[in-house]
Amino acid sequence: MSSSPSIHASERALKRLKKRHARERRFKVMGLSAIAIAVMALIWLLYSVIGTGYKAFYTHSFTLDVEMTESVLDPTGARDPDALRKSNYRRIVQNAMYERFPDVTDRKAKKELFDIISTSGAPNHLRQMAYNDPSIIGQSFTITVPTSDDVDQLLKGNIDRDLDESRRKVSDRQIAWVDQLMETGEIKSGFNKGFFVNPDSRDAELAGIATAFLGSLMTLFVTALMAIPVGIGAAIWLDEFAPRNRFVDFIEININNLAAVPSIIFGVLGLAIFINFFGLPRSIPIVGGLVLGLRALPTVIIATRATLMAVPQSIRDGALSIGASHVQAVFHHKLPHAGPGILTGSIIAMAQALGETAPLLMIGMVAFLTEVPNSPTDPATVLPVQIYIWSSNAERAWVEKTSAAIMILLLVLILINGFAIWLRNRLEKRW
Amino acid sequence: MSQSKIKFSCRDVRVAYSGKEALHGIDIEIEDQGVTAFIGPSGCGKSSFLRVFNRMNDTIPGCKVTGIVKMDGEDIYAPTLDPVLLRARVGMVFQKPNPFPKSIYDNVAYGPRIHGLAANKAELDEIVESSLTKAGLWDEVKDRLKDGGTGLSGGQQQRLVIARTIAVSPEVILMDEPASALDPIATAKLEELIDELSKKFCIVIVTHSMAQAARISDRTAFFHMGNLIEYDQTSNIFTNPTDSRTQDYITGRIG
Amino acid sequence: MNSILILICVTLALTAISFVFARQKARRQLAVAAKTIHSQPSYHGWFAGLMSGGLAFLALIVSAFLSLSPLFTIVLMVVLAVLGFFFAMNRIGADFRARTYVEYFIKSILVLCSLIAVFTTIGIIFSLLFESMRFFKEVSFLDFVTGLDWSAQTAFRDDQVGQSGSFGAVPIFAGTFLITLIAVSIAAPIGLMIAIFLSEYASVRAKRIIKPTIEILAGIPTIVYGFFALLTFGPFIRGFAESMGFGIPTQSAFTAGVVMGIMIIPFVSSLSNDVINAVPQSMRDGSYALGATKSETMTKVVFAGALPGIIGAFLLAISRAIGETMIVVLAAGGAANLTANPFESVSTVTFQIVTLLTGDLEFDSPKTLSAFALGLMLFVVTLLLNMIALIIVRRYSAKYE
Ligand SMILES: Nc1ncnc2c1ncn2[C@@H]1O[C@H](COP(=O)(O)OP(=O)(O)O)[C@@H](O)[C@H]1O
Ligand SMILES: [Mg+2]
Repeated sequence: MSSSPSIHASERALKRLKKRHARERRFKVMGLSAIAIAVMALIWLLYSVIGTGYKAFYTHSFTLDVEMTESVLDPTGARDPDALRKSNYRRIVQNAMYERFPDVTDRKAKKELFDIISTSGAPNHLRQMAYNDPSIIGQSFTITVPTSDDVDQLLKGNIDRDLDESRRKVSDRQIAWVDQLMETGEIKSGFNKGFFVNPDSRDAELAGIATAFLGSLMTLFVTALMAIPVGIGAAIWLDEFAPRNRFVDFIEININNLAAVPSIIFGVLGLAIFINFFGLPRSIPIVGGLVLGLRALPTVIIATRATLMAVPQSIRDGALSIGASHVQAVFHHKLPHAGPGILTGSIIAMAQALGETAPLLMIGMVAFLTEVPNSPTDPATVLPVQIYIWSSNAERAWVEKTSAAIMILLLVLILINGFAIWLRNRLEKRW
Repeated sequence: MSQSKIKFSCRDVRVAYSGKEALHGIDIEIEDQGVTAFIGPSGCGKSSFLRVFNRMNDTIPGCKVTGIVKMDGEDIYAPTLDPVLLRARVGMVFQKPNPFPKSIYDNVAYGPRIHGLAANKAELDEIVESSLTKAGLWDEVKDRLKDGGTGLSGGQQQRLVIARTIAVSPEVILMDEPASALDPIATAKLEELIDELSKKFCIVIVTHSMAQAARISDRTAFFHMGNLIEYDQTSNIFTNPTDSRTQDYITGRIG
Repeated sequence: MNSILILICVTLALTAISFVFARQKARRQLAVAAKTIHSQPSYHGWFAGLMSGGLAFLALIVSAFLSLSPLFTIVLMVVLAVLGFFFAMNRIGADFRARTYVEYFIKSILVLCSLIAVFTTIGIIFSLLFESMRFFKEVSFLDFVTGLDWSAQTAFRDDQVGQSGSFGAVPIFAGTFLITLIAVSIAAPIGLMIAIFLSEYASVRAKRIIKPTIEILAGIPTIVYGFFALLTFGPFIRGFAESMGFGIPTQSAFTAGVVMGIMIIPFVSSLSNDVINAVPQSMRDGSYALGATKSETMTKVVFAGALPGIIGAFLLAISRAIGETMIVVLAAGGAANLTANPFESVSTVTFQIVTLLTGDLEFDSPKTLSAFALGLMLFVVTLLLNMIALIIVRRYSAKYE
C-alpha cells in the first residue's frame, strides 16, 4: 500500500504546492484590495464633502450703526407700507458704511467698501424691519448682517492673501478694512443660522436650505401616505388572498421589474400623467410625492412580502382554527407579527425616496425659489435637487454650501436608517 | 490485533465546537491495512472524529481540535504541516453525494488538475478512466463523460465522488456514512466497491448500520457520547463485546 | 385644493357617524344572541360606515367630474350618505352577514392596491409610447436609431438658432454604452471580489464591520456621487493627467463612469454574495477534501456553480448603470460626441432626458418629444436586462433548492 512515498511528497509536487499557496495569498490580497478600494472611496467622498462643508456652518457677520434717515426712506412722511417696500435701503447701508470709514472718498473705494457687506442682505434686512415697524424710520440703531461671501471666504482662509491683487476676489483695501473690523469686533464669526432658516438666494451668503428641507418633508409625507398603505395592501393580497394563476404571476413579475426601472422613468411618467394629462401644477410636493410614491411602491411591497413570508403559517392557522375568518386571521394575528419588519422596510424605502433627484427634475421641482412653501400645493424643491441646483455654481462659497447641504442630507439619511436598524434589532422576532 | 503497520495514532484527541466539547479525549491507533469502522449512536462524535484525520474540522468556524494525531509517525497538527497536502493524501467521501456542477470528466479531473498530477491531456484521460474504472463507474458513463455529474443517480454520484477521490491517489479514504442516502441495491454495490478499494487504500468508514460494519470492516470502534468505548476486531465487537454499552448498542437498546 | 380636503373630511365624518350609530343599534339588538351570530356588532357598524361613506365618496367623485359647486356637492353627499345609512340600519339583525360584505370590501381594496403596480407599468408604457409615436411621426425611427448627429437643443449655440435640430441618437447610445462599460468594468470585479472575500475569507467579526460599511456606499444618494465626481474626482483626474503631460477635461465619460462604478459596487457585491452563499457548503467541502485551496475552490467549483447567478447580477448592474442619471448629468460633460475615447465629454440617454425635459416644455416640438423616445429606449433596454436577469437567477436558485 503506501510503503512507497506519496506522489504528493515529491519535489515537483512540493514546488507546485508553493506556487499554489502563493496564488492563494494573491487571491486573498485581491479580495482585501477590493474592500480597501471601496472603503477608501467612501472615506474620500465623505472627506471631500465634510472637509469643505463644515465651514458653511459658521459665517461672518457685520455689526453696523445705521441711521434710518427719513429724507431718504420716506420723504413724504406718509409711512405707507407699500411705499416703504420700495424705499432705498441700500443708500442707508452705504451711508452707514461711509460713516464708519469717513476717510474713504474715492468712488471706486466706496464701492469696494460697500461690497464688504452682503449688498442685498443688509438692505433687505432693513426693509423687513421697516415693514414690520415703520416707526423705526428716523431712528438710529445697530444691525447685524452677513458680510459678503467673498469676505466670509477670506476670513475662513479660503482666499490666498499672498496672491496678486488682480487675481483675487477681495482687494488689498478690503483686506485692510476687514482686518481692522475683525480687530474691533465689528465683524464676528458665529453659527450660520441663516443656512437653516433662509430660502434659496442668488447670493451665497444668504442662501439656505429651508425651502428644500420643508419641501423634502412635505414630499416625503405624500410619498409615505401613498406608498406605505398601498404597498402593504398589495403585499397582503399577494401573500394571502391572491389565487395562484397566470395573472398573479404576471403581477409579481411586474412588481419585481418595476423595482428595477430607472427612477428617471418614473419622473417621465409623472410629467406625462400628472402634469400633462391631469394638468396638475409643476414643482409642487404633491406631484413629487406621488411620483416618488410610485417609485417606492415596489420596494415597500417586496419588503413587506419578505416579512409576511417569514411569519410562521402556524400563527395564521392557529387563528383560523379558533374560528376567525381569513381576513380576521390575517389582520388581527399575522399582520401584528409582521409589523416591525414592515415598518423597517417602509422606513428604508422612504430613506431611498428622500435621496431621489432625477424624477423630481422631470416634474419641475428644480425652480429657483426664494420663498418657503406653506403647504404641499406650493412650489417647492427638495434637498437633493437643491444640491443639484447649487452644484452648478463653481465659486468656493457655493461649493461650501452645497457640501453642507449634502452633510445635512446624509445626516438625515443616517438618522433614518439608524432608526430603522435600531427598530429592527429591538422589535423584530426571530422565528 | 493484526500485525499491520499503524497509519494513524491518536493521543487524547478532543474536538470542541465554540468551546463545547464533542469528543472527550480519544486514544486510538488505526491500521493501514483493511477497513476500520466507526459506529455509535448519532451525535456521539463519529463524524467529528473522522474529520480529524484530514483536518476538515479546520474549515468549520469555531471548531477546535487538541491532542496528538500522527500519520505515519508525523504529527498532522504540527504548525508546519500543510492541510492542503494532507487532504491530498487523505481523501474523503461524504454522507450526501456532492458532485461538482461540472461534467463527469471534469469532476474526476478536478483533483489531478489542481495537484498537477498529469503532464498532458492523454495522461489526464488515463487517470480519469482508471479512476472511474476503479470506482466501478466507467462502463456506465464512458459514453457521456461530458454530461453533468449531477445528472447521475444517487449511487452513481457517490461512486463518482469516490472516483474523484481516488484520482488524486490518496493513501487513505475516509467515508462518512457513504451509503446512508442510497437505496439497498446501490448500497450493496458500494459495499462491494469498498471491499475492492480496501486492497489498495487504508479505509476508515463511519456507519450507523451495524450490519454494514459487520459486513465490510476488519476492525470496529464504538463511540458513545464523545468517548471511545471499545475498539477491537469487528468479529470480537459483534460477538463478544466487553462493555455493556456496546452490548446495548449492537443489540439495539441504545441509538 | 382646500375644498377637496374639506369634502374628504366630511366623507370621513359621515363614515364615522354611521359606524357609531349602527354599531350601537347592533349591540342592543344582538345582545341576546351575541355568541352565535355570524357578524359581531362592529361589523354591522363597518357595513353602515362603508355604505354611507362610500356613497358620499361616489357623490364627491361625480360632482368633481361635473364640477358642481361645493355647496351642492355637500348636500348631495349628505343625502346619499343618509340613504346608505338607513339602508344599512335596516339590515341589522342576527341573520345579516355584514362581515362577509365588509371583508369583501377589504379584499377589493387589497386587489386595487396590487393593481396600482400594474397600472404604473401600463402608465409608463403608454405615456412613453404615446409621445414617442408623435416624435416618430416627425423623425423616422430609422434616422433616430442610425443617425450619427444629435443636436436636439436647437438654440444651444448661436449659429444653430432656427435650425430644426437633428435626432440621430447613435452618439447618445454610444455615450451611454461607454460610461456603462467603464462603470461595470469597475464595479463587477471589485464587487465580486468583495463578495468572495466576505463569504469565504472574512471572519464573522470582520463581516459584521465590512458589510455595513460597504452598504453605506449603497445608501448615498446619487446626487452626492455626482457632486463628488464633479468637484473632487474630475479635477483630481485632470490634475493627475496634467502631471503626466496630458490635457483632459474634468467632465468626461471616465469621470462619470468611474464614480458610477463605485456607486454600483455594493449592488454587485450584495447580489453576488447572495448567489455565492446559495452554493451549498457540500460543494466546498468536496473540493477542500480533495486538497484544494480556498481560491481554487472558489474559482473552480463555487464560481462554476454560481456563474448563472453572477451573470444575472452583472446584468442588473448594467441595467442600473444605464439608467443612472445624476452622476452623468453632473460629470459626463454632455456633449453628444461619437467617440470611444473615455477622456472626452459624452452624453447619455438619461442626460438628454434631463436636459430636454427641464425648463420650457413644448409638447408639440420634436425637441421635447425626443426625450420620450429616448425614455422608451431606456425603458425597453432596462426591462429586457431585468427580465433576463430575473429568469437566470430564478432558474439558478431552483437548481439548489
Ligand atoms: N458544525 C458543528 N457545529 C457545532 N456543533 C457540532 C457541529 N458538528 C457537530 N457538532 C456537535 O458535535 C457532536 C457530535 O456530532 P457528530 O460528530 O456529527 O456526530 P455523529 O457523526 O456521530 O452523528 C454533536 O453533539 C453535534 O451537535
Ligand atoms: Mg455524522
